[in-house]
Amino acid sequence: MSALLLEAKGVAKHFGGVKALHDVSLSIRKGEIYGLIGPNGAGKTTFFNVLTGLYHPDGGEIVFAGEKLKASAPHEAAARGIARTFQNIRLFANMTARENVMVGRHVRTSAGVMGAVLCDRRTRAEEAAIHRRAEELLYYVGVADRADDLAKHLSYGDQRRLEIARALATDPQLLALDEPAAGMNSTETEGLRRLVEGIRADGITVLLIEHDVKLVMGLCDRVAVLDYGQKISEDVPSIVQKDPRVIEAYLGGAVA
Amino acid sequence: MDIFIQQIINGLVLGSIYALVALGYTMVYGIMGLINFAHGEVVMIGALVALSVIKLLANSGLPGVVIVLIGLMAAALVCMAVGFAIERVAYRPLRKAPKLAPLITAIGVSIVLQNLAMLIWGRNYHAFPPILPNGEHEILGATITSVQIAIIIIAAAMMGGLILLINRTRLGRAMRATAENPGIAQLMGVNINQIISLTFVIGSALAAVAGLMVSANYSIAHYYMGFVLGLKAFTAAVLGGIGNLAGAMLGGILLGLIESLGAGYIGDLTGGFFGSNYQDVFAFLVLICVLVFRPSGLVGEKAAERA
Repeated sequence: MSALLLEAKGVAKHFGGVKALHDVSLSIRKGEIYGLIGPNGAGKTTFFNVLTGLYHPDGGEIVFAGEKLKASAPHEAAARGIARTFQNIRLFANMTARENVMVGRHVRTSAGVMGAVLCDRRTRAEEAAIHRRAEELLYYVGVADRADDLAKHLSYGDQRRLEIARALATDPQLLALDEPAAGMNSTETEGLRRLVEGIRADGITVLLIEHDVKLVMGLCDRVAVLDYGQKISEDVPSIVQKDPRVIEAYLGGAVA
Repeated sequence: MDIFIQQIINGLVLGSIYALVALGYTMVYGIMGLINFAHGEVVMIGALVALSVIKLLANSGLPGVVIVLIGLMAAALVCMAVGFAIERVAYRPLRKAPKLAPLITAIGVSIVLQNLAMLIWGRNYHAFPPILPNGEHEILGATITSVQIAIIIIAAAMMGGLILLINRTRLGRAMRATAENPGIAQLMGVNINQIISLTFVIGSALAAVAGLMVSANYSIAHYYMGFVLGLKAFTAAVLGGIGNLAGAMLGGILLGLIESLGAGYIGDLTGGFFGSNYQDVFAFLVLICVLVFRPSGLVGEKAAERA
């Protein structure tokens, strides 16, 4: 059994009286594709937001690569190696595709004011490296031909891919994808499946929220199911699929 | 004809200064959606600090240009510190407050700075010592001084440098990313507090240069000079489309030309009823017209896109 990359221990998050997450514990192993599924409003995206420091958890903690994650510090989460995409795409719409990916390199680079003013050799070398890496990633996800177009002018599927490229630019250990297949047709979804498998093959652990059950069951090594903010099941897809609690959550309790 | 050329030259000089100041307004607005009404006072502080240093060194035997450069350095450093402090004290604690709150602190800071300047430099006008080579050159029947040529060239160079910084560097990308979506920029490892501070510092450095330019061109500086200048530069930023760098530059130059041509011809056009002392009216006429007919400015995006 491979080492744990991420361990959530009793994570809780409330919005007023609503318990969006209630004592959620789960562990993700290094190198696996881990699916997080559940009906709408089950708390999946809330979990992502806590994980990436956008929300401050009301309880519990997350241990990442052996160290506790600081709560609500997005740039700290990025530095530690957690990257994500969004359910509703959030690119820098008025920057080019290439620039979007280049911003993703920010966390791994360092040129500051002095560098910008002096344009010394190190700064120029770093800038060239940022440029090269952005090109590689655009090519990797398959939007290299749109590099100079504004992000808002890309097709929906390309925007999803670009967002993945931008997340990969931060050199993550864990890539969290929030419904990457939403709104994709079957050809695009198949392309996405291959992309995610390729990312895992490159040694990056993937955490996937997805509604496309076929995609999740085919792609993920293990799956956790959330319902009303609580984890109700966690195992390999074939077992989770038959778990009565899961069936009840999805289909309602009144099954005869 | 030579009046026309002369007013164009005057307008370009004035416009270059407006453009530098307008950039400070527009950069801050672009990144935080906030009008920094204290920015005009930063220009004033730049002018007075530069002038004090220049006066101090006027009899040192150094060449005039060197003295002015030293004054400029001092002014830039002081203004950068003031800009940094303004953001920390007046805006950062209110980052999540309703938009009206930082607007009020902005006006408060403006009043504090004005009064502080009055205490330090007094209520009098300070004259710029005649240490710069003040040659006059003839162009198409109009005259332009060496100082004016320097103003236009330096302003153009600074604007060019700013464009390169914003478009070609890691910091510039981080600034644009923060302007578009601070939350996501943070996820890319951008420290947005640092970027916001930097925005204020850069804007204030430009303001210091503009302040020195005003006092060198009009040979005068006083504690109250920032108020009207700031309002006009704000008008220039709105004219170009607030939040848009190219717009601020264009708006600044245009406003300078409008003011200067307006002042030059208003006497003739109204049969002497209004004189060139109505110069200030034009800027605010422009502001009203832009707000009524094209609130997004000349090159600005529709306001809805910012929401």
